[in-house]
Amino acid sequence: MRVPMLTFLGLMILGVIAEFTLDSFVQLMLIYVLINMILGMSLNLVNGFTGQFSLGHAGFMAVGAYVSAYLSTLFPDLTGGMGLVTFPVLALLGGLAAAFAGYLVGLPSLRLRGDYLAIVTLGFGEIIRVTLLNMPAVGGARGFYGIPGPTDWDLGGFVISKFLIGYAQAMFWVVACFFVIWRVVRSAHGRAFLSVREDEIAAEAMGVDTTKAKVRAFVLSSFFAGIAGSIFAHYANYLNPASFGFNRSIDAVIIVVLGGMGSLTGSLVAAVFVTLMPELLRPLQELVGVDVRMVVYSLCLILLMILRPKGLFGSKEVFELVRKYVRKTS
Amino acid sequence: MQDFVQHLINGTSLGSIYALIALGYTMVYGILQLINFAHSDVYMMGAFSAYYLAMFMGLQNSPGVATLASLLAAAMIGCSLLGLAIERFAYRPLRKAPKLNILITAIGVSLLLQYSAQIIFGADPKVFPKVLEDSVLIDFGAVQLKSLDVAVLIVTVIMMLALNFLIFKTKIGKAMRAVSQNMTVASMMGVNVDRVISFTFVVGSSLAGVGAVLVGMKYPKIDPLMGTFIGIKGFVAAVLGGIGSLPGAVLGGLLMGLSEEMVVAYLSSTYRDALAFGLLIIILIFRPSGLLGKKGVEKV
Repeated sequence: MRVPMLTFLGLMILGVIAEFTLDSFVQLMLIYVLINMILGMSLNLVNGFTGQFSLGHAGFMAVGAYVSAYLSTLFPDLTGGMGLVTFPVLALLGGLAAAFAGYLVGLPSLRLRGDYLAIVTLGFGEIIRVTLLNMPAVGGARGFYGIPGPTDWDLGGFVISKFLIGYAQAMFWVVACFFVIWRVVRSAHGRAFLSVREDEIAAEAMGVDTTKAKVRAFVLSSFFAGIAGSIFAHYANYLNPASFGFNRSIDAVIIVVLGGMGSLTGSLVAAVFVTLMPELLRPLQELVGVDVRMVVYSLCLILLMILRPKGLFGSKEVFELVRKYVRKTS
Repeated sequence: MQDFVQHLINGTSLGSIYALIALGYTMVYGILQLINFAHSDVYMMGAFSAYYLAMFMGLQNSPGVATLASLLAAAMIGCSLLGLAIERFAYRPLRKAPKLNILITAIGVSLLLQYSAQIIFGADPKVFPKVLEDSVLIDFGAVQLKSLDVAVLIVTVIMMLALNFLIFKTKIGKAMRAVSQNMTVASMMGVNVDRVISFTFVVGSSLAGVGAVLVGMKYPKIDPLMGTFIGIKGFVAAVLGGIGSLPGAVLGGLLMGLSEEMVVAYLSSTYRDALAFGLLIIILIFRPSGLLGKKGVEKV
């Protein structure tokens, strides 16, 4: 437990620095980066480590977001320091709801393989979205307004800002997600996931219950997707089914493939890249006069796939590459 | 009952358009095992090339069979060139790469086409030229056979017969079937695999172009994002029928069109998109390879 806690504390110091140096827009982008990190890492568990292809990640994020948002409206008094306790609990509940949805979806569909699985998960994602669109209790197509979120916490003159509380929450889950998946992949269950990826038939012959292994990976992955959704809901204070469409699932897949299938740190780097790329290209837009950002983004994607087909880091972690590089040069 | 027959007619007309799109997906999948996400945007580009040809030749307001034919030709040529270019520059360099990479590339191409179209054509919808006079051909009182629906059916049937001839009666068709069965062996038998794959993209894309003109004729509003939904539905139709199987794609398309029409008529229009996927999931769970798909035997 010591390493995750130290990592979290170290990253919190970075958060405090960000609090004083960055403007509120960059801070918002930072929270979105953290959310995308959780999405990317959790999808990597299914797509990268277990070798299944899911295209419906946004659906589970939506389940987590809506469940957690709805629960929070039942307890409206969540201001200040209370947020540090309540939002993680809400995120946990949202995550559990998403995990349950993942179980329901995964059990029948994980018998399918490859592209068929991709389409069925895409279908479930769309079904979840359309169902939310038709639920007046959570706003339907108008969107879900007035979700309580973190607020400034006044400690008698000394104010801990909304951003810092949101950051702490998001960062807590990023660290939790990273270390949970890290440990799971190196456990007996994780070996089963990897064996399913490498060769499903051989895994089955060695006594791995492949469907069970796949469902486990899928449920855990949905759980973290739900948590990402919950963080998103409370920080944005507003939800709309349209923001959980096909494109968000695609974003998650892009993070996984860009960073490298089976590379957790790769997903972290790719999440930063994917979230910030459209913003970083903004000067280019001003230069040309038209909005060419997404054109450049898609071109980068195509070129990267052609020139570096294994993603940025392949199945290696970032520090493995660094170690290799250092050994070579010394 | 009369309502039902009317919905049957509308559903068939919609379904045959889905079938045209589904054929493009299924042909590419049959040969490359690739979900060609860019297909829906090729379709969108087809609609725009027909639109601009009509603008250029002053055909906006001269409905008739000649207009239909020239727009179809424009869309088919535009789409085939685009399909050819996509295959050559985006997919061919990745022929030996893992499947997921090609899939991501396809998504990238799709995004590229969508966003470039938004810049080039503008994001606001445009009115598609009037292709045919919308008249009632046969009137049974409550049931009406409209000229547009008849035209859609005639064009799709012609296209499917032509495709059938192409694939089962010509030399290149035989080569296509050979490549889809086994690429390596086909190449050893002297089939130029790259050329066959390019040709498949040409055929599939031009079918998308036909679909685009037919949709533009029925629902005369086109915009750069028009492909997304019809593309997903066309793909679902292909999977429903058994991806890789041509009759399956037609059957899946018709099923999709009919079920959608019935859901809108008798249930609620908001659930239309969810139901398409619901249908797909149920069929895949009970028949994992689609309605007419071949069950692959897995060998170790």
